[in-house]
Amino acid sequence: MQALDELIAHVPTFAGLSEEQLKLIGGCGRNRHIGAGEMLFAEGDPADHFFLIRRGLVALEVHAPGRGPLRIETLEHGEVVGWSWLFAPYRWQLDARALEACELIEFDAACLRGKVAEDHELGYQLMSRFAANVISRLQATRFQLLDVYGKSEVTA
Amino acid sequence: MASLKSPPERERHDEPGPMVPEPFVVRSKRQDTSDTWTLELTSVADDAGLHFAPGQFTMIEAGGSGEVPISISGDPGEPDVLVHTVRSVGLATQAICKAQPGQVLGVRGPFGNSWPVELLEGRDVVVAAGGIGLAPLRPAILAMIANRERYGRLVLLYGARTASQMLYVDELERWREEGFEVHATVDSAGPEWLGHVGVVTRLIGRARLTASFAGLTCGPEIMMRLTALALADFGIDGEQLYVSTERNMQCGIGHCGHCQLGPWLLCRDGPVFDWQTLAHWLQLRDV
Amino acid sequence: MAELASCTLEREAFDSLFEALERRGYGVIGPRVRDGAIVYDRIAASSDLPVGLTDEQDGGHYRLVPREDAALFGYNVGPHSWKRFQLPAQRTLWRGKLDEDGNLSDIVEGPAEPERLAFLGARSCELHAMGILDRVLLGGSHPDPAERAAREGVFIVAVQCSQAGGTCFCASMGTGPTAQSGFDIALTEVIEDGRHYFVTAPGSDAGRELLAELPTSAAGAAEEGAASAAHARAAAQMGRELDITDIRELLYRNYDHPRWNEVAERCLTCGNCTMVCPTCFCTSVEDVTDLERTSVERVQRWDSCFTIDYSHIHGGAVRQSAHSRYRQWMTHKLATWIDQFGSSGCVGCGRCITWCPVGIDITEEARAIRASEEAVHAGAR
Repeated sequence: MQALDELIAHVPTFAGLSEEQLKLIGGCGRNRHIGAGEMLFAEGDPADHFFLIRRGLVALEVHAPGRGPLRIETLEHGEVVGWSWLFAPYRWQLDARALEACELIEFDAACLRGKVAEDHELGYQLMSRFAANVISRLQATRFQLLDVYGKSEVTA
Repeated sequence: MASLKSPPERERHDEPGPMVPEPFVVRSKRQDTSDTWTLELTSVADDAGLHFAPGQFTMIEAGGSGEVPISISGDPGEPDVLVHTVRSVGLATQAICKAQPGQVLGVRGPFGNSWPVELLEGRDVVVAAGGIGLAPLRPAILAMIANRERYGRLVLLYGARTASQMLYVDELERWREEGFEVHATVDSAGPEWLGHVGVVTRLIGRARLTASFAGLTCGPEIMMRLTALALADFGIDGEQLYVSTERNMQCGIGHCGHCQLGPWLLCRDGPVFDWQTLAHWLQLRDV
Repeated sequence: MAELASCTLEREAFDSLFEALERRGYGVIGPRVRDGAIVYDRIAASSDLPVGLTDEQDGGHYRLVPREDAALFGYNVGPHSWKRFQLPAQRTLWRGKLDEDGNLSDIVEGPAEPERLAFLGARSCELHAMGILDRVLLGGSHPDPAERAAREGVFIVAVQCSQAGGTCFCASMGTGPTAQSGFDIALTEVIEDGRHYFVTAPGSDAGRELLAELPTSAAGAAEEGAASAAHARAAAQMGRELDITDIRELLYRNYDHPRWNEVAERCLTCGNCTMVCPTCFCTSVEDVTDLERTSVERVQRWDSCFTIDYSHIHGGAVRQSAHSRYRQWMTHKLATWIDQFGSSGCVGCGRCITWCPVGIDITEEARAIRASEEAVHAGAR
């Protein structure tokens, strides 16, 4: 079986990190299987872990009373689920649910936060990579807010 | 001034002019979404459709409610029937969508240029469609499937507002079987939808695209702008990306002026352009 | 060519031209006074012309005033252009029947074959404008059959300008003031030393044949000299100028120029400039049904890029602001037209300046943009 550091080396979020850094991160991870419909985390819970999807589809949702879960976004293999573990107050802002059976790597956030506190270079690398994720999803969200298919629509 | 005293040779006056519609009868009708219908029509005169190239449009009208440009969404290999997918958004499109089988509508065309499906033979092609923008792309998709062996990877990225607003749902699976990698996403979804949620540009990162691809895109202008930006990240630059444009086309033949975008009359010079050509003009405000 | 084989036609014999045109079955359209302006309409004799009148023109200003002589063509262009005969302000494209289910049938193209017309008094700028409209409506892959039918039969009697109006700038656009081609007959009006006559020149075989029927005499050197002097006078009097050097590139570089905001503060977006322009060709169509919806006709009317609806797409108009609409009009005339149809869309007739209620001057707008670039370059040195 492949070591976790080798597995994560090919994921965009971690690509280009040094072997040593990959080992540090991989050292905080473990394989996890989650069944369809199960929650990865829930809004308000402490963000003490995050996930890399190896297989399957995960949805980020907001639960609204009377409207049920509103699905904001879906994430698939190669994508990272969760960034609240890296930013105070380390609480989840959304629900994450597996839409199908998922193979995940679960990372221990407390462990990684400890390593980052000692190794600022690793901290910088993780911060810039997660910030890039945040930016790309923020941009996608802004686009989503425009509701372009609703009104300004091609007739053609 | 040369044309002044020597106008072009006189056409036979028994040929109707380009502004005169031809009667077409609705053969069948299918509801695609809450506000979109697909109509199949044939000419009253010869019981046939129109020979057209993928991406071309007609000017179509029903019951004296005004004429609108609608892309042809049928199979270019089967010109025996004229297929249009129409979204009911105004008076004219409402009248077309209300038309029942047997009703006679007026059709002019086909007009405009086409998707460069033959030029792209030998290439990998990504088709990015937003909302009803899949309708003008359907003939290109069918044309490429008909010659599947002439292309490399064929990828369809399709984004819609919700699952119920997706077009040609039954066909997406068939296209997949016929050699397209189909990725679909919706902007928002309830629990019943088990596919992707998020904007269509998010699919670009997931489709493993490379600089070997050329792209075809149609959708709201904002969606096409963002698609061009996202494709550029994968080395697919504006010269390799073709877009279908929309302005207020009223005549279809470059005479009425309404569909101008800078140096182009979109109905005459388009509707299909490479992105490189248009990007400057679309980035200017209110042109 | 206009200078060759010229003849003179005395004022007293001028109505022989009308008679010759009528014999050939032409309906004659020419300048006449209506509502305080010189318009193009049906005329039957020289007495219908604006005899002894001239037009005072400036930005937002037009007045008819008497001349000291009895010239027949002693004015420049008015609010009408020949466009209204090439591309009528309103016409029915076709008619059809509707049944109670909304089925369309019995489609008949309209209108019928047009009357053969003679245009009397077309100026050089106007001949160029007709050529530009021909390229728009006949030059593409779908020529307009009605425009072609209207144009095929036309007989054109051009009048050479012997004076320039206050808003004229044809000389700088290369479209005048003297017509070189595009007519069947060209006339230059001369009034001097108590004699009132026209120096005539044929521009086509039909023109030559028609001239042969008129009581003309061969023009001598003095008469030809007087005609040339009149042409030179018009060129020298030119009221305005528009520098067209690289004008397309100049405007393409300046879509974001602050000048568009300044002109937008004055522009009323009334569309007068587009209505009087001899080349503005935009139209819209409307389906008109009777009250019982048993018949429908598609009516085409002149439209203007200054209306909001003009650029409507689903979700709203593309050009919401006066800024963007004025910019669309001016850049179309002077720049994008060149890409679309292979020539400028402006012939320098000055109508848009005269008939603008606030006197916006296309030559001044172009000059301001050019000057600001030159100032930047000068500053850089």
